[in-house]
Amino acid sequence: MLYAVLAGFAGAGIAPLAHRALGRASGWVLAAIPLALTLYFASFLPAVSAGEVIRWSRAWVPSLGVVLSFELDGLGLIFALLISGIGTLIVVYAGGYLAGDPKLGRLYALLLAFMASMLGLVLSANLILLFVFWELTSITSYLLIGHKHESEKARKAALQALLVTVTGGLALLAGLLLLGIAGDSFDLPLLVARRDLIAAHPLYPAIVLLVAAGAFTKSAQMPLHFWLPGAMEAPTPVSAYLHSATMVKAGVFLLARLAPLLAGSVLWYGLLVGFGTLTMVVSAFLATQQTDLKRVLAYTTVSALGTLTMLIGLGTPAALKAAVVLVGAHALYKAALFMVAGIVDHKTGTRDILRLSGLRTALPITTVGAGLAALSAGGLVPFSGFLAKETTYAALIEFPWLLAASVLANAFGMLVALVVGWRIFTGESQVIPDDPGPVPVALWQGPLLLGIAGLLLGVFGWMGEGIVAHAASDMAGQRVPVKLALWQGFEFEALLALGLSVFTLLLGLAFYKAHGLLLRLATSLDWLYQRGPYRLFDLGLAAFVSLAKWQTQILQHGYLRYYILTVVVTLLPIGVLLAAPGSPVWPVTFGPVGLFETALVAVVLASTAFVMSTDSRMAAVAGLGGVGYGVALLYLSYGAPDLALTQFAIETLSVVIFVLVLYRLPEFRVLTTRAQRLRDAVIATSAGAVMTLLVLAAQSQSGASRVSGFFAEQSVPAAMGRNVVNVILVDFRSLDTLGEVVVLVVAALGVFALLKLRPEGEAH
Amino acid sequence: MASLLVLPIVTPLGTAVLALFLWRHRRAQQAVSLLGAAALLAWAVALLLSVSRDGIQATAIGNWPAPFGITLVADLLSAMMVTLAAIVGAAVAVYSVATIDARRESFGYHPIFHVLLAGVCGAFLTGDLFNLYVWFEVLLISSFVLMGLGGERGQLEGSVKYVTLNLLSSALFLAAVGVLYGTVGTLNMADLAVALQDPRVDSRLTLAIALLLLVAFGIKAAMFPVFAWLPASYHTPPAAVAAVFAGLLTKVGVYALVRVFTLIFTHDTGVTHGLILVLSGLTMVSGVLGAAAQGEFRRVLSFHIISQIGYMLMGLGLYTRLALAGTVFYLTHHIIVKTNLFLVSGIVHRLKGTLDLASLGGLYRTRPILALLFLVPALSLAGLPPLSGFWAKLLLVQAGLEAESYSIVVVALVVSLLTLYSMTKLWTEAFWKAAPDAAEAPLSAGEWRGLLLPVAALALLTVVLGLGVEPVLALSLRAAEQLLNPAEYIRVVLGGRP
Repeated sequence: MLYAVLAGFAGAGIAPLAHRALGRASGWVLAAIPLALTLYFASFLPAVSAGEVIRWSRAWVPSLGVVLSFELDGLGLIFALLISGIGTLIVVYAGGYLAGDPKLGRLYALLLAFMASMLGLVLSANLILLFVFWELTSITSYLLIGHKHESEKARKAALQALLVTVTGGLALLAGLLLLGIAGDSFDLPLLVARRDLIAAHPLYPAIVLLVAAGAFTKSAQMPLHFWLPGAMEAPTPVSAYLHSATMVKAGVFLLARLAPLLAGSVLWYGLLVGFGTLTMVVSAFLATQQTDLKRVLAYTTVSALGTLTMLIGLGTPAALKAAVVLVGAHALYKAALFMVAGIVDHKTGTRDILRLSGLRTALPITTVGAGLAALSAGGLVPFSGFLAKETTYAALIEFPWLLAASVLANAFGMLVALVVGWRIFTGESQVIPDDPGPVPVALWQGPLLLGIAGLLLGVFGWMGEGIVAHAASDMAGQRVPVKLALWQGFEFEALLALGLSVFTLLLGLAFYKAHGLLLRLATSLDWLYQRGPYRLFDLGLAAFVSLAKWQTQILQHGYLRYYILTVVVTLLPIGVLLAAPGSPVWPVTFGPVGLFETALVAVVLASTAFVMSTDSRMAAVAGLGGVGYGVALLYLSYGAPDLALTQFAIETLSVVIFVLVLYRLPEFRVLTTRAQRLRDAVIATSAGAVMTLLVLAAQSQSGASRVSGFFAEQSVPAAMGRNVVNVILVDFRSLDTLGEVVVLVVAALGVFALLKLRPEGEAH
Repeated sequence: MASLLVLPIVTPLGTAVLALFLWRHRRAQQAVSLLGAAALLAWAVALLLSVSRDGIQATAIGNWPAPFGITLVADLLSAMMVTLAAIVGAAVAVYSVATIDARRESFGYHPIFHVLLAGVCGAFLTGDLFNLYVWFEVLLISSFVLMGLGGERGQLEGSVKYVTLNLLSSALFLAAVGVLYGTVGTLNMADLAVALQDPRVDSRLTLAIALLLLVAFGIKAAMFPVFAWLPASYHTPPAAVAAVFAGLLTKVGVYALVRVFTLIFTHDTGVTHGLILVLSGLTMVSGVLGAAAQGEFRRVLSFHIISQIGYMLMGLGLYTRLALAGTVFYLTHHIIVKTNLFLVSGIVHRLKGTLDLASLGGLYRTRPILALLFLVPALSLAGLPPLSGFWAKLLLVQAGLEAESYSIVVVALVVSLLTLYSMTKLWTEAFWKAAPDAAEAPLSAGEWRGLLLPVAALALLTVVLGLGVEPVLALSLRAAEQLLNPAEYIRVVLGGRP
């Protein structure tokens, strides 16, 4: 099964080459990959319908409990078939739709990679594995939406979709990790077995919230839906595949997958039913407010996703069964309608429903496909859409408010179906400017086949009872009986559902009559729509960038002196720590201090004061020299003549070099204000105080050195040297000396290069 | 095998000396540099295998036993870091041959580059705190020279800030070493760990020294709030130099922090590691915000180094087995990915003559392979699966959740989102949008291959590290165990000595 998932990635690897080699036929050839996958998955239908679950697993990251573990159950198989089946048609369609586009090869690659990711997602039986595929769908979606990347709108839409879905993805990651902690495993079947443990775990509410956040962003639940209509900037094959049939259902799939683990609490129920219902109704209405064919369809997609979320939230056997049927039916008709929109756009150069009419003569076969899909979308007998609507209504009978909301949403859906499947094809034939000629087979095959499939699945729905029952059972965690028939008999529920279907139809027709009115409403509500959540997203992004600029100006202002100041200030807490009562510094005790030392300290202090107060550079350098000599003499008086000698040499050299350099500099000027100097003095003094406190504290502890005794003992017998300091330098710690020698060599090279190597064009 | 501990230091030093003798022969210097880098890589891998098989190893230089002489020690962390340094060294050596101009080569570029590698490897391998200071000096002086080599105005301006702040850091480090020696009278790190166990040592003084080292190493690691030197300078030198700096230098600081705060200062983890955790969050946030404010390719990348240092410190701050493994794995991932992104920026600069995002564009259309080679490390940096960055992020987030440190987890996740935002900004501006100026510098096929070879190799490594994560992850977990239980380290260094 791993190979089935990976096949798409392999296909992605060869797609650009295949496209270059095969040219126009590439779509038909590359479609062999998803087709083979469809057949492969279809071969499991009998077994899975009979209740078998096919498992495959291999170790991947055992240290983290991540297993390459795949599971083909009812739910997974339905999704896998939709993904690979529709994928087949889409690859062919893309070949026709983008014929001649030099980047078509890359589009194939991304489509196939996306398909593989999506298959991986629906087949994963390990939480982390599932998340890996989840994120892969987000990133491939980003690259696909941005296919027309030279258009700024496309880039923006791609970014928006990415940021929203990845934000959700991160919430999901946290949720899945917490789930792993609560259930002590990432293995889904094992977690299902531990569901009671998880439900009782204190992390349960956080898990539900985080998982729902992930699912809602991906499946475009309001108010996080706005990226989906924006994503219509993608080429139509992408919209048809990712943003109607498959990727947007990933969120719903996730909820379905985790329902047996997480369902059963008020929180889960409230979140899913609440947001689902809101999304279902509001976006169905918003669909009527659009005139761009693809945006109309996008909003009805959002509405269907809302319905699915609501049904999964309800969690009754009837609701879960309805969810399964709706997933299938919706994928078929919505993908078909998107492809129709693409053909119309391709042919006429516009997607504005107000400017389209009478296309049946120009697009005869497409009209048939569109008609079939629209009938299914409108929920008419005997299409699969009808089954979906009937089962939904039957599931909602106990919940009158939800039922009413669903009827309303479906009526709006009916209106859209009429617009897309009827209005633009009937009426007066329009003159098509720049007619690109007859529509190729590659384009019309998709809607036609999907339309027919929608019809056949309606008529022969009973054949799928087994698989639907198992899919619903997978979600419910218990056996769900399923009967799928166009005629449900004379029971009250069945008759009520049928009656509601008729009512929906009539209401939809009434809305269709009022379409003009609804569009006028859209114009007058435009101010409101301009303030939708997508606007909030833009403002948020802008605010974030301003915040970033503001903080960067504060932290990275470019003034070296303030950088130094920051470092010094970070040291001050150490001083506070050591000065506070109870510190080893207190009480400070001094040994006897001689007259000579006192005098030296006075010289050092006086020189320091002189350096600070003089306004001549030369004098300041001389003063520094005084400080250095004073310190060196102190070394001498405390019995370190070699140290003192080194210090004398360095001080002398420094002064000489300083004088040589300073001679060439401009005049000394005071650029700071009095207040600044005062501040600097305070900070410098406190830095000195910190160091003093540290030394005092170390002094108070001073035990014997653990190593100097060894040096003194071994210097002569083992290292053959009488001068211990020298022996330390060249023998005991010779590696230090080696390093310092290297430092000197490199420094010399650096000075040489600084003096000699000037940028080209600059004088030496 | 004692020699394996010495070879990663001696090989680059020897290479540098040899290259110095070939001062006037550019081609010969290039050949020596490539051979030296290859040899270093071979020794490093051998060392890693040996440490992984036989456990922690130590050797006393000049046979003066610890703690009297200087000891070189390789535990798994050290061996992994040396290997990473060698990988970066090899990639950048190849890239340097393809990109560094003759002027810089004739002023000692190659020898100094290898001295830098020697300094980095020395810092990773030494078991002595003062010797660590010496290796810091070695790598700093060579980085100073490489930073300024060429004498361009921007370079010099960046160098001044770089040099000043890093010298300040060294001074603080030295002060801390001095105070520490004055307190317990030893410099060997294992011996320090033992000596500080002594209850007579005042705990507040220990804490003060620990904090002083935190500031000193924090500057080197570019930790909040003392990271200013990094964004001020990393965009100025040639791409090869910036790449090796970006990959290795701050990581030496992180390594030093990890070393001292797992081996020596573990008395008061509530204060020290708690503080590190808070600082790690601030480092992540301030770095990523800084990146969002930039409009130049390399400046964006530079600020992201800071935010990712935050992730590494997060693992140290949490101080659990999983968290430290996260730090080790994050280091591994980051060094490879970050070096690669800087190398890519160099290619972009070579093609378009600028790195100003507003003037870039069109590279997805004209250079799809380069686009792919950018996307792999960029998405890995943002922590997208199944690349290496995802596992690094996963480990740390998992560790944070297990430790119930929820706020740092939220910060880590939000920052990873913002990192993705930054990477898409680079992608959009440099690759997707139409170029304001379509002209590209002509590149011969040979030159193109020379540029792409190291980039492709590192990108491949990122993918392999992502898909085949288990071996390195298991190694990181073992390294974390060694860090968390330093008894073995101390035993190997000090022998049976109490």
